[in-house]
Amino acid sequence: MTYNPLNDGPDWTFERLELYQAEIARVAEHYRLDTYPNQIEVITAEQMMDAYSSVGMPIGYAHWSYGKKFIQTEQNYKRGQMGLAYEIVINSDPCIAYLMEENTLPMQALVMAHACYGHNSFFKGNYLFKTWTDASSIIDYLVFAKNYVAECEQKYGIEEVENLLDSCHALMNYGVDRYKRPQQISLFEEQKRQKEREDYLQSQVNELWKTIPKSKQEDTEDLPHFPSEPQENILYFIEKNAPLLESWQREIIRIVRKISQYFYPQRQTQVMNEGWATFWHYTILNHLYDEGKLSDAFMLEFLQSHTNVVYQPPYNSKFYSGINPYALGFNMMVDIRRICENPTEEDRQWFPEFAGKNWLDTLHFAMENFKDESFVSQFLSPKIIRDFKLFTILDKESSPHLEVKAIHDEAGYQKVRSSLSAHYNLSNNEPNIQVYKVDVRGDRSLTLRYVPQDKIPLADSKIEVLKHLYRLWGFEVRLEQAEEDGSVTTLGQCPLENPESD
Amino acid sequence: MAHFIDRRLNGKNKSTPNRQRFIRRYKKQIKEAVSDAINKRSVTDISSGESISIPQRDISEPVFHQGKGGNREHIHPGNDQFSTGDKIQRPPSGQGGGAGEGNASDQGEGQDDFVFSISKDEYLDLLFEDLELPNLQKSQLDKLVQMKTHRAGFCNDGMPSNLDIVRSLKGSIARRIAMTASKRSRLKELEAELEQLLAEPVPPQHQIETIEAEIESLRRRIAAVPFIDNYDLRFRNYEKRPHPTSKAVMFCLMDVSGSMDQATKDMAKRFYILLYQFLTRTYKDIEVVYIRHHTQAKEVDEQEFFYSQETGGTIVSSALKLMDEIVAERYSQGDWNIYAAQASDGDNWADDSPHCTDILANKLLKVVRYYAYIEITTRAHQSLWREYQGLSAAYNNFAMQHIRSVEDIYPIFRELFKKNRQKQQGAA
Repeated sequence: MTYNPLNDGPDWTFERLELYQAEIARVAEHYRLDTYPNQIEVITAEQMMDAYSSVGMPIGYAHWSYGKKFIQTEQNYKRGQMGLAYEIVINSDPCIAYLMEENTLPMQALVMAHACYGHNSFFKGNYLFKTWTDASSIIDYLVFAKNYVAECEQKYGIEEVENLLDSCHALMNYGVDRYKRPQQISLFEEQKRQKEREDYLQSQVNELWKTIPKSKQEDTEDLPHFPSEPQENILYFIEKNAPLLESWQREIIRIVRKISQYFYPQRQTQVMNEGWATFWHYTILNHLYDEGKLSDAFMLEFLQSHTNVVYQPPYNSKFYSGINPYALGFNMMVDIRRICENPTEEDRQWFPEFAGKNWLDTLHFAMENFKDESFVSQFLSPKIIRDFKLFTILDKESSPHLEVKAIHDEAGYQKVRSSLSAHYNLSNNEPNIQVYKVDVRGDRSLTLRYVPQDKIPLADSKIEVLKHLYRLWGFEVRLEQAEEDGSVTTLGQCPLENPESD
Repeated sequence: MAHFIDRRLNGKNKSTPNRQRFIRRYKKQIKEAVSDAINKRSVTDISSGESISIPQRDISEPVFHQGKGGNREHIHPGNDQFSTGDKIQRPPSGQGGGAGEGNASDQGEGQDDFVFSISKDEYLDLLFEDLELPNLQKSQLDKLVQMKTHRAGFCNDGMPSNLDIVRSLKGSIARRIAMTASKRSRLKELEAELEQLLAEPVPPQHQIETIEAEIESLRRRIAAVPFIDNYDLRFRNYEKRPHPTSKAVMFCLMDVSGSMDQATKDMAKRFYILLYQFLTRTYKDIEVVYIRHHTQAKEVDEQEFFYSQETGGTIVSSALKLMDEIVAERYSQGDWNIYAAQASDGDNWADDSPHCTDILANKLLKVVRYYAYIEITTRAHQSLWREYQGLSAAYNNFAMQHIRSVEDIYPIFRELFKKNRQKQQGAA
């Protein structure tokens, strides 16, 4: 090992970035990080705010809510209430990563290792991203979406399109296929298909609503239930079945749905994704330091940023806002490596399948085949629970006080682990609402059914959302709740029941 | 594999359209906030942006989410005192921890407003939307006004920088085709002939040589036609046309006598600053004349008008006289759109008021397009107001308004300069 450090700045130049990039790429390859090609874009703070407010999409259709987001970001940034993220990385092929101009050279190196090799390899390797997103076509699709929306605005008016998008955004989280695998098609096919769909869809929809009576024995009682099974993807259901929508409206619903689907894996893998990227920037830069390529000054600055990122404030700190995914993810990754390299008796007992095995294989396996929920339930070790001093609190509506159910002790490990895993289960956090029934032969009303989990009620915003749903569906919309005893209560409907009106 | 792209020079305003969408959507609320804000500002501060606040519930984006209640299990780090089975009193106000998403938008009242800033331009745009100077006529051609340059076809000579390359090359192609057409058709004929001769069993050597020589000379002559000639060049032509503009002058008359207390002066200043911003923003070529008066009137500059102090008795007619003189001297009526705004607390030396009416009716109102009088007082009206009421009834281009408090300024300002004021008056 020779101490022959690369220039450590503090100012960066493109030549220096190239040098660091090459070194990082070499080490990343040594650790078998398989990535999409990198496209690294240097931008200013203002541009970073732009990127922020478009929820990380490099190109997006115009909508006021992004303007609102931008104003908020700008405002907070100007008042110094928040710093900007050091980086934004986009799951695309080539993988686009933004570096902020203001960063010092060590920061840029950290960001490159973090985003261009950490996140990038995660996007390429994790099963959820492989299944749900198509990195090579996303940029093209966003361009298509942006142009299509703009075209519609010209044809049908900004207001009209804006209203439709508002309604779609309200249901965006219900525009996701959780179980079905989407097909991947290219932009060209997408455009071709869009035309075909436009013509075809309308005829399909009309089929459903045919008013000509089929045969006499069809009584209301034995009409087939439609949909035959409850539908979780509400936007998809509307796109395909809403009676009054025009084809361009269906296409816009589809766009919102597709974008929602694209972000779905990110919502499910926050801990893993950030943990993986943080683990690799830490490991890669330390590797370079061990080779004598990085100066001490560089390392000190890097470690300072790194420590800030992985800090987990305790529950009673004023900085506490839930579990920091960077901290949890990073520590779990480090811990997996430790379990492989220096397993204790406890580890052998808890993780017989990989304790003492090759750590790199194990980590890659974990990255490729899990999401937050399953990752925690498979890999959270008692040591991490002890280090974080995790404890669970049961908050029962009927009880006057909160109860500590489990803490970081022998008796509590399993409980804490399953509780933390459930915390990352999206279906626990999102109300379970599905399309239950459409009154095909009657008033064409649409009924959604909410199945509460743990007796948690639906928030009041439901009435507002129903209005949006009504706008999409065009006929009466009802929301009902399935109670534990099997009975059903109505939570709301739109338009409100009012015999006088209309 | 990686490559770097420097995007720093790309536009930074990618979000501008979205921001505009936002402002468009909430224009009503923002306008309300703007007109509220104008009264709260300090007198001199009108050229900065404004911070706008909109109730959060108006801009929320509703989604289905879980409400409060039910059975939940939370997990937290940093246990320092609890053991399994401990019971903790519920924190008094709702649940401290929560899943973090429980109370996002369900209770609008408890939440802060959405606060953001708009720029000075946006602020003034909103402030002066739908306002205009009444009766403005654009008929006058100003002698001083710049000529505007317009494109005017093409011409055969000009500066190299105006050279139109595409047209010039089109000309060149056309000329070359025209000048070589006969030679090229002859060339073709000869070539065909030559081929025929060569194909014969015994090629007639002599004939071939003559033809070849002729072909050679034709080729030379075709090649000698120049690729581009002076004759081909076309230049973009520009010509200057006079640009019709309207000339306008605004007279600002303010009473600075002793009876005007500081608060009243402030209000008058607010009104004028508003007016000044409106004029400079909306009309590029407008002159403003400031006249302040107590017993004597004086033409002053902007700085002095707004900021210097004076006291004394009040003779309004002195200002009107001065204005009349200035109009006669500098703004001969044919060429100018003349406007005037007068602010006073209504105090006047009683004998002077009829005099004012006289000057206005016989001189000024004949030449001005619009004369606005605002009286800033909480007391009963005095002689000046009553005199002016007569004028208001008699003349279309005379308007008067009464301001009691700061809150009135902006609404009254809008009232005075509303678009279509004329139509409404006509209808009434």
